[in-house]
Amino acid sequence: MHMPSLATQFLHVLAAGLLMISFAMLAQRRIRRLIVLLAWQGAMLSASTLLVAITAHQSHLYYSAALTLALKVIVLPWILMRLMKRLGIAGDIEPLVNISTLLLVGLALVIFAFGLAQPISALATTVTRQALGIALAVILLAFLMIIARRKAVTQVIGILALENGLFFAATSATYGMPMVVELGIALDLLVGVFVFGIFFFHIREQFDSLDLHHFEALKED
Amino acid sequence: MNMIALLRQLAEALLAVALAPLLAGWVAQCRAWLQNRSAPSLLQPYRKLRKLFHKDAVLAEHASPLFRITPYVVFGTMVLAAAIIPSVTTDMPFARVADAIALVGLFATARVFMALAAMDIGTAFGTLGARREMMVGFLAEPALLMVLFNAFLMYGSTALPTVVHGALAAHGLILRPSLAFAGVAFVMVLLAENGRIPIDNPTTHLELTMIHEAMLLEYSALHLALMEWAAWLKLFNYACIGFALFAPWGIALHADTTSPLLLALALLLLKLAVAGGALAVIETVSAKLRVFRAPEFLSTAFLLAVLGILVHLQLRS
Repeated sequence: MHMPSLATQFLHVLAAGLLMISFAMLAQRRIRRLIVLLAWQGAMLSASTLLVAITAHQSHLYYSAALTLALKVIVLPWILMRLMKRLGIAGDIEPLVNISTLLLVGLALVIFAFGLAQPISALATTVTRQALGIALAVILLAFLMIIARRKAVTQVIGILALENGLFFAATSATYGMPMVVELGIALDLLVGVFVFGIFFFHIREQFDSLDLHHFEALKED
Repeated sequence: MNMIALLRQLAEALLAVALAPLLAGWVAQCRAWLQNRSAPSLLQPYRKLRKLFHKDAVLAEHASPLFRITPYVVFGTMVLAAAIIPSVTTDMPFARVADAIALVGLFATARVFMALAAMDIGTAFGTLGARREMMVGFLAEPALLMVLFNAFLMYGSTALPTVVHGALAAHGLILRPSLAFAGVAFVMVLLAENGRIPIDNPTTHLELTMIHEAMLLEYSALHLALMEWAAWLKLFNYACIGFALFAPWGIALHADTTSPLLLALALLLLKLAVAGGALAVIETVSAKLRVFRAPEFLSTAFLLAVLGILVHLQLRS
C-alpha cells in the first residue's frame, strides 16, 4: 500500500483536528470555552499553513501562517474575551436546540461535504488535496453554528470559524490566495470584529439583551 | 503443541482475573491522591473479595434461580471476554475463533443478565438501576461497534489479533487521524460502560445518582464478590481492547519463546498503570452529568466514531 509522506500525514492529522474542533464548537454551551476553541482552531490552521509552506516551498505561506497566528490565535480571541467581560456574559449558558440532533445534522453535512469535494480534489494537484473535503465540512459546520445560535456574540464566532474554514480550503486547494488578498481579508476581519463589538453595545442598549430573536419585533407587517 | 496453546490461553485468562482487582485498586489510589485524601492500599480490592467470600450469602425471599445464577454468568462472560482479547499475546486459540463483534455480544449478555436479576427482586432501586443501565447500554453499544469498525476498516478484519498484527507490521511512523477520533470515542464509551464519573460514580450509594450500584444492592457475600470482580474485569477488558486498538506495542505475536512474553507482560503492566492514572485524572477533573445528559454524551461518542470512519475514507481516496 502506498503511504503518503510524514508531512502529509501530519497535515491530515491537523485537518482532522480542525474538524473535531468544529464539532466541539457546535456542542459547546459556554461562550468562554467557545472563544478558547476558536483560538485552538486558529492555532491548528496556522500550523497547517506552516506545514504546507515547508512541504510545498511556498514562501508567501510563511507570512500568512504568521499572520494567522497573530490575528486568529492572539488578537481576535483577546478582543472577544474583553467584549465578553465588558458585556457581562461570561459563563453564560446559551439555550440551544437539542444538541444531539444538531450533531447528527452536522454529521449529515460532513457526508455531503466529503461527497462534494471528491471530484474537486481529484482535479487538484496540491499535497493537501484530500483535506479539501474537510475544509468544506468545516465551512458548512460553521454555517450550521450560525443558524443554530441565537446570541449575537456566538454568531460572530461562527463567522470567524467560517473564515477559518475558507482559509483552510484556499490553502489546501491552491496553496492560498495572493498576499494582497490575504492581508485585505485579515484587515477586514479585524475591523469587522471591532464593528461587531460596537453593534453588540447598541443591540444591548436597545433590547437589554443580545438575543437576536428580539429583532423579529422590528419587522413591519 | 495444542495442549501448550490451551495452557497459554488459560494462563492469559487467569492473569486477567488476577490483575483486574489490582487495576481497580490502582485507579482508586490515584483518585485518592488527586483528591488529597490518604489513599487506600493497592490490595484493598483483594481484601474486599476475601472478606466477601468468607461471609454467608443472604437471598431475598422471592429471589428466582435467575437471581442466583446471574453472578456466575456475568463473571463467566467477563472471563471469556478476557480470553478473547489479546492482552499479552495474539497467539491464542480462543482469540482466533471469536472476533470483536462476538466480544460486544458477550458484554451485552452480561448486561442483560444483570438487568434481569436487578429487576427480579422487585425493589424500586433495582428496577431503576436496570432501566438506567439499559439506557446507557443501548447508546454505548453502537458507539463501541463504530469504534471497532474504524480499526476493522483499516486492517480489513474483525478479529482483534489481525488488527494487532496489522498495526505492528507497519514500518516507520504512521499517523492515522481517524484513530484519533476513534480514540476519543472509545474513552467516552469506556467511561459510560464501566460506570465511571461523567455517567455514574462507582463509589456512590446515593439513591438518585447510582446506576451500577443500584443493581447490586440485593447481592451479598459470594454473589456480591463475583459481581464486583466482574465489574473490575470489565474495566480491565476495556483497557486491553483499548491497548489492542490504539497502543498495541509490545504484544507478542509469537508465543513460542518466553522473552517476548515477559516483555509483553511488563509493557502491559506499564500501559495499565498509565491508563489507570489517566482514568483517575479524567474522573477527578470532570463532574458527573445528569442522567438526562447521558444520551448527549454517548451520541457524541457515536458521532466521533462515525466521523473517524468518514475521515479515513476521505483521506484514503
